[in-house]
Amino acid sequence: MELLQYDFMQRALLAALLVGLAAPLVGVFIVQRRLALIGDGMGHIALTGVAIGLLTGRSPVLVALAAAILGAVFVETVRMRGRASGDVALAIIFYGGIAGGVVLISKAPGGSAATLNAYLFGAITTTTAADLAVFAVLAAVILAVTIGLARQLFAVADDEDFARASGLPVARLNLVLAVLTAATVVMSMRIIGLLLISALMVIPVATAILVTRSFRATMAVAVAIGVSVSVLGVVASYSWDTPSGGTIVLLAIGLFALLAAGTAIPPALRRRRV
Amino acid sequence: MTEAPLIHLEAAALGYDGTPVISGIDLAVERGAVLALVGPNGSGKSTLVKAVLGLAEVVAGNLELFGQPAGEFGDRGRIGYVPQRGAIAGVVPSTVHEVVSAGRLARSRTLRPFRAADRAAITRALDHVGLTDLSRARVATLSGGQQRRVLIARALAAEPELLVLDEPLAGVDLSSQGQLADVLRVLAENGTTIVVVLHELGPLRPLVTRIARLRDGHLVYDGPVTADVLADLHEDELGHHDHHHDGPAPHRTSPGSSDLGLTG
Repeated sequence: MELLQYDFMQRALLAALLVGLAAPLVGVFIVQRRLALIGDGMGHIALTGVAIGLLTGRSPVLVALAAAILGAVFVETVRMRGRASGDVALAIIFYGGIAGGVVLISKAPGGSAATLNAYLFGAITTTTAADLAVFAVLAAVILAVTIGLARQLFAVADDEDFARASGLPVARLNLVLAVLTAATVVMSMRIIGLLLISALMVIPVATAILVTRSFRATMAVAVAIGVSVSVLGVVASYSWDTPSGGTIVLLAIGLFALLAAGTAIPPALRRRRV
Repeated sequence: MTEAPLIHLEAAALGYDGTPVISGIDLAVERGAVLALVGPNGSGKSTLVKAVLGLAEVVAGNLELFGQPAGEFGDRGRIGYVPQRGAIAGVVPSTVHEVVSAGRLARSRTLRPFRAADRAAITRALDHVGLTDLSRARVATLSGGQQRRVLIARALAAEPELLVLDEPLAGVDLSSQGQLADVLRVLAENGTTIVVVLHELGPLRPLVTRIARLRDGHLVYDGPVTADVLADLHEDELGHHDHHHDGPAPHRTSPGSSDLGLTG
């Protein structure tokens, strides 16, 4: 494989593998809670973190992580209060996040439209070894927490009132999920892009749903799809010279369309669901 | 020593965000009772059960659960909850076993895998509602009555002493209502205390030992199943207003009306 000769491609493929694994693991709970676009909002907030990192000469990934986690805590606090004004507050913080990011990046050393595009839509040449180390730690945390707390997160996502009546720490579990979402968003900023990460949290899950009948199987199949489309998307991006984020998302949508068409075939001609 | 009631309300006002929905409630539910909580829509039945479940506030007065003030009561596994829920199928598919297993979390520690006792309780819960054969089925593919039994099994997985059901018969066909009544009858015979929110007693009538009737946020009757209270219940159903019961009337615990002999 010619592309594996390049260090940047090795890093890009590893980053794709990590985000492809993590995004559907978090996404399955987000989809169940009908909060499919929450990652989108966190991506907006993370962009301001990236810009502050670039302006101050600190790691954009780490500053974006701090910004996204703060954003996650804020979003979850607003959501838990459940007031009508909360919706407006979220809109302000999300659009404020992206506006702040765009303005601040334009003033950062080396800040350009190309830099902004890379963060928003992904680019295969941008992953550094330091980024990869951060992504590996975040992926390990996401894997450990989503598997360790899978039953509790499922219970809250499935029926929040019942979970609360059962004595589960619902507010804390919701906060954990929000922080995991923030971490996933940050992992996406090199390969997928902050504006497209929601797609990798949602589409593999939506695709898996077409062929599964249990939550556990949906998680497993969604992760397999997430990893496959991410890695293949990076390879395709290299071959076709296209932005990696858009390429990965289009592959994911293509697979969804293919399976959706397949499952429209009469049941007698289909394999049993797993 | 006499055991404290499982639920004990004294001059309680219950509601949300500091605003009472129901007030002046005095009610005690003793172990082994099967209490039907009845009344028209908006009378406060759901608020009362939600306060018991920790989902609504005690705005004034007292609510004790198993002899402890509700605010200090932490052993939530002792109370099983069967919500009123038209369809329990989420966006992501889940099996009967997965949903029922969620009910066991009230009795297990965070991060600790289920032990043999937990798995056995889940198996018993499925068996109790007759869904063992469907444990691997996708919940969304089940009928309304079967889905309601999944929710009962989920509550039973924690092996509760008190089972609270919110409108378990709503939206369920007559044959399934009979099956649900059978499930609850066996539970009651085994000593589980049951509080059930109902519009009409239907097939649960033989099980119910006591009725508490709410109207306009007040308890207007607390006593045995009598012809009078059943007639009142029928009027609630028809949406008629029974003028002599309006407002915070005293409890008609000894109405002198015909007891149908259904009390326990």
